[in-house]
Amino acid sequence: MEFILQPLTLMTFFPLLGVLVLLFIPSEKKNAMRWTALIASLITFLISIWVLTMFNASNPDLQLVAKYNWITVAGWNIQYYLGIDGLSILLVLLTTFLSPISILSTWTAVEERVKEFMIFFLLLEVGMTGVFLAQDLFLFYVFWEFTLVPMYFLIGIWGGPRRIYAALKFFLYTMAGSILMLLAILWLGIYQGTFSVPDLITKGGIDPHTQLWLFIAFAAAFAIKVPMWPLHSWLPDAHVEAPTAGSVILAGVLLKMGTYGFLRFNLTLFPQAAVQAAPVIAVLAVIGIIYGAAVSYAQADIKKLVAYSSVSHLGFVMLGLFALNPQGIQGGILQMINHGLSTGALFLLVGMVYEQTHTREFKVYGGLWKVTPIFGTIFLIVSLSSMGLPGLNGFVGEFTILLGTFGSTVLHSPWYAGLAALGVIMAAVYILYMFQKIFMGPEGSIVEEVKKHGHALRDLNWREIVTIVPLLIFIFWIGLYPAPFFHLMAPSVDKLTAAFQAAALAMR
Amino acid sequence: MVPVSYYVALSAILFTIGALGVLIRRNPLIIFMSIELMLNAANLAMVAFARIYTVLEGQIFVFFVMTVAAAEVAVGLALIVAIFRTKHSINIDEMNSLKG
Amino acid sequence: MTFFYLAPWIVFFPVIGLLVNMIFGGRFSEKVIGTVASLASGLAFVCSVLLAYSLTGHPEAFRWTIGEWIHIGTLQLDWTFRVDTLSTTMMLVVSGVGTLIHIYAIGYMHEDVRFKSDLKRFRRFFVFLNLFIAAMMILVGGDSYLMLFVGWEGVGLCSFLLIGFWYEMDTLARPSWANSNAAKKAMIANRIGDFGFLIASFLMFWAFHSLQFDQVFQQAPAIAASNPGLITAITLFLLLGVTGKSAQIPLFVWLPDAMAGPTPVSALIHAATMVTAGVYLIARSAALYVTVPAAQFIVAMVGALTAIFAATIAVGQYDIKKVLAYSTISQLGFMVAGVGMGAFAAGMFHLVTHAFFKALLFLSAGSVILGMERGHHHLAHHKGHDEHGDPHEEVFDPNDMRNMGGLRKTMPVTFWVYLIGALALAGIFPFAGFWSKDEILANAQQGGFTAVYWLLAIAAFFTAFYMGRQIWMVFFGEPRHEAAAHAEESPKVVTVPLMVLAALSVVGGALNLPGVETLTKWLEHTVEFIKPSEFIMSVALISTALALIAIFISWLLYGRKPLKAGEVDPLKKMLGPIFTGMERRWFVDEGYKALFIDRYVDIARFTADVIDWKFWHDWFHEKVIAGTYNWLSNVMLNRYADQRGIDGFFNGLGEWTKNAAAGLRRFQNGFVRSYALFVLIGVVAILGYLLFK
Repeated sequence: MEFILQPLTLMTFFPLLGVLVLLFIPSEKKNAMRWTALIASLITFLISIWVLTMFNASNPDLQLVAKYNWITVAGWNIQYYLGIDGLSILLVLLTTFLSPISILSTWTAVEERVKEFMIFFLLLEVGMTGVFLAQDLFLFYVFWEFTLVPMYFLIGIWGGPRRIYAALKFFLYTMAGSILMLLAILWLGIYQGTFSVPDLITKGGIDPHTQLWLFIAFAAAFAIKVPMWPLHSWLPDAHVEAPTAGSVILAGVLLKMGTYGFLRFNLTLFPQAAVQAAPVIAVLAVIGIIYGAAVSYAQADIKKLVAYSSVSHLGFVMLGLFALNPQGIQGGILQMINHGLSTGALFLLVGMVYEQTHTREFKVYGGLWKVTPIFGTIFLIVSLSSMGLPGLNGFVGEFTILLGTFGSTVLHSPWYAGLAALGVIMAAVYILYMFQKIFMGPEGSIVEEVKKHGHALRDLNWREIVTIVPLLIFIFWIGLYPAPFFHLMAPSVDKLTAAFQAAALAMR
Repeated sequence: MVPVSYYVALSAILFTIGALGVLIRRNPLIIFMSIELMLNAANLAMVAFARIYTVLEGQIFVFFVMTVAAAEVAVGLALIVAIFRTKHSINIDEMNSLKG
Repeated sequence: MTFFYLAPWIVFFPVIGLLVNMIFGGRFSEKVIGTVASLASGLAFVCSVLLAYSLTGHPEAFRWTIGEWIHIGTLQLDWTFRVDTLSTTMMLVVSGVGTLIHIYAIGYMHEDVRFKSDLKRFRRFFVFLNLFIAAMMILVGGDSYLMLFVGWEGVGLCSFLLIGFWYEMDTLARPSWANSNAAKKAMIANRIGDFGFLIASFLMFWAFHSLQFDQVFQQAPAIAASNPGLITAITLFLLLGVTGKSAQIPLFVWLPDAMAGPTPVSALIHAATMVTAGVYLIARSAALYVTVPAAQFIVAMVGALTAIFAATIAVGQYDIKKVLAYSTISQLGFMVAGVGMGAFAAGMFHLVTHAFFKALLFLSAGSVILGMERGHHHLAHHKGHDEHGDPHEEVFDPNDMRNMGGLRKTMPVTFWVYLIGALALAGIFPFAGFWSKDEILANAQQGGFTAVYWLLAIAAFFTAFYMGRQIWMVFFGEPRHEAAAHAEESPKVVTVPLMVLAALSVVGGALNLPGVETLTKWLEHTVEFIKPSEFIMSVALISTALALIAIFISWLLYGRKPLKAGEVDPLKKMLGPIFTGMERRWFVDEGYKALFIDRYVDIARFTADVIDWKFWHDWFHEKVIAGTYNWLSNVMLNRYADQRGIDGFFNGLGEWTKNAAAGLRRFQNGFVRSYALFVLIGVVAILGYLLFK
């Protein structure tokens, strides 16, 4: 009982209770299953709020720690070790916040095999929460790989026409990177004698050359997940084929696992290697920003455009993290949240219209603002947030990232931020293009097409508004008053950057 | 006192009769009776040895065997009735659906 | 008594207005929606007046923080409003002119032919208008560069929304992508400018460790002494922002297209207020600009070149709003040149007077367009009886000056106010434009900016010419289209704001009369670098003479012998290809399209389709990675190692097993009895073994 009542353990595994209940619901009672999953994820969200109230923002260290020996054989010391700090709390909250929203979005979209869908979804939530909380490398790896399986099925069963291909590609791509990470984890466990991240940090003392190799091994896994250019090829496939809720979670949380991995492991475990590798990562990030933005613009499929925009947005996150100064890292963390909110919302909205039209080709759309004004207005706000309009969340993240990068003593060149800022212009190009092609101009052929099938294109209904409004609230909140969010992460980030000052000094 | 070998011999004879009954007879009721016979042969042997060695376990086992035998007969008769209902025959040669 | 605590309310009132209309507007009538919006803007104006009044007794800047924004390390940004003489000047202009335009818009939007009693559209228009006022107030009321930037992008968004207000059609109300393209173009051009602004703010932060105005300005002289290149870079990147927002060379191309928006929008956003934000930015950053004369010279030259370049284009336009649009660009050039030369008071002065007379001109042009539309409607209605439901109705452009003529008789009020506006713009004594334009010219001469002076003087000549041309073409002569003949005067709700603005255009010069210098003294409290400007008689005389000559020439060409319907423009006959150049905007748009836009689209397509998809996604991943894997697994391992080697062994094993199984399966006959027999035999065998071993 003591084990399960710890707040972090409870939060991580609570969705399993939902899974258990779901197992006993007859498969024809679809609504009962939806409600069960929704309530399970909502309670998980409430638990995360409870965790937030217990979280002491001024403490930079791990809190609410749950720590038990797990596998202690032959000198291996693997622990069940959960903890939360300023680096992870927002991401955990994002996970528990997006899960009920995604479940709500499947209400009418998923009619086949509802039970399996909900079970996989709740399992996915367990995995994602675990990834953000695990403080033992081995445990982290277990959760990390565990997220793959439900996502594989979510894409592979409920996806679009090429779902099997996409799911397989997603799975293999991620696995390929993870293998390298596993090797590095084993190396650390064997030669450093512990898998616990805080212990590894305090122990330190890995020589810079080895650090670099370990850094690369970890980076391989995370860079694929982010995805950083040029390892992004799985993303458009996965996004286009995934069902709406899958896309939301994929963009909203799963990609953040990559950036979070960089933050939590690459930066803390290998500070010297991080300083050395920062320019390389930053170059890749800048290429990703510009490349993603350019490619987005040329897409004919709405979802694909949004998918490629993720490459661009996550380039900003990576750039911020590897500026290795407080502005860059805090901006990077906030931008992870922002991207989860705005791209998640974009996928939700695209899914809502797709449910009615069954097509995502730009060329059949146009003039929808007149037909569906509420939808248009919400879509506009979300697009603007994604494009980084001041007053909305995207700007706060982008600005602090670029500001941090511009003055980064590690990167030591204004060119990174200068070129990345071009991405801000290019974001306007593709976002406005998307908005224009769907909502402005003369009425598209799809309006007639939908009418032919009996019912006219309708505006958002109450369920859809309820789904999207929480995201809008945060879009405005972070844009206008991001202070509470920054306060949550500031002490932990300061602690992290202090380590870099030391590392940078040690290298001179 | 009757030597234990008598009991054992009787038990062996009864068992052999039972086993032959199971293998030869076509009527499942008779087969059941033969199985009972084999079980009781075992019971007899057990009671006999229990008495010789003055241990209680053998006697207790016999009670178990008797209970199990009763349960088995109940289940077996039910099965036979069910089979008769579907096949209208209880000829053992017609029951080879165990063949893969 | 001071009212500084009202500072945030200049933003809150419009926001409340837009929320009320957005949430409850569904049940309101047109009148109520318009009143709510106008009231919101009007209350913001009242606040601005009270703030200005408070400053009279307390001229130092007042700062009012309402909340924390971004605090990371040394980056400390708050939502702080700044009330000083410069910002209140802008606030007064924005909310004052803004309120008048709100009221005008109630009438205009009702009359607009595209409106068709769609209340949702009506409500949306006023929501956007209120949003614009709010954003503009943030822009002028912010206490740091970043808060200014919030407003800066906010007004850009409103501009996008309002240019694309009739997003499903073009300017002639035909279904088209044109209006939305114009909107997109405006926002993207602005974003390019914003890029400059962003880079400037990064440079500024890492140089000054602050983005707050006072802190930046205090350190400016010291940094300028040690590292002048840095300040030059900051000011020039800011200039890029200015060229985007204030439509200067090279980013001016969006403003003419922005005329796709409803006319009140053109007046408010694209003439009076938003586009002057760049001028405000330079005036605000005076402390930075005065430290780097080289940058000042560049700014002044950009302004002067824009002034003359846009003025020449304005000469060749036929669309009544396009003429005014290019005129706006040209006048913004004047202002930018003014503030660029360090004549901050003169630039701001021209900004204020220009807000009056250009808003007046646009709104009057709107009134003209409404009149033309009414005339056309009347005509169509009349014709409708003879030719029922003719689908091939002729496309009528109510904006085209070639369709107008003689409107002075049918629309007298509009004519008079338009004339006042035109004279003010042309810089004729004693209208507002005369004083402000002259102050800029005087400063140019006095400050030794000779080239700038002559460029501006020639631009002023063109200004008077194209305004003369417009007046003659629109209001004099005979109607060239039946619609013009049947044009009707606009209702009171439209004309009353026009009269107010006309009055302001007449007396606006009094703000900063030579010798009295009210505005200069007012701004001195904030912008410390204002030079006392003199009134130079020769400059005034030359510019007035140029203006009069220009008007005379325009009379010779267009007034003496009015244009007939279908006749070629007399200037075109005279100038030939040069006129074509002016008419076609010197092919700048075409050039940009060929040089940048099409190239970007090509690059994006190429990257997406060829590099990303065909090469990286399909070829590399499918052929190389998946192909190699398949080859390894299928060909190498499967065919050679597997099929010949391992398979040979295992297939043999399999064959043997199969044969063995075929023999053994005979025992599996399904009779329990036979199984029992085997069991028995087994038991006997085992027992036998145990007994006899």
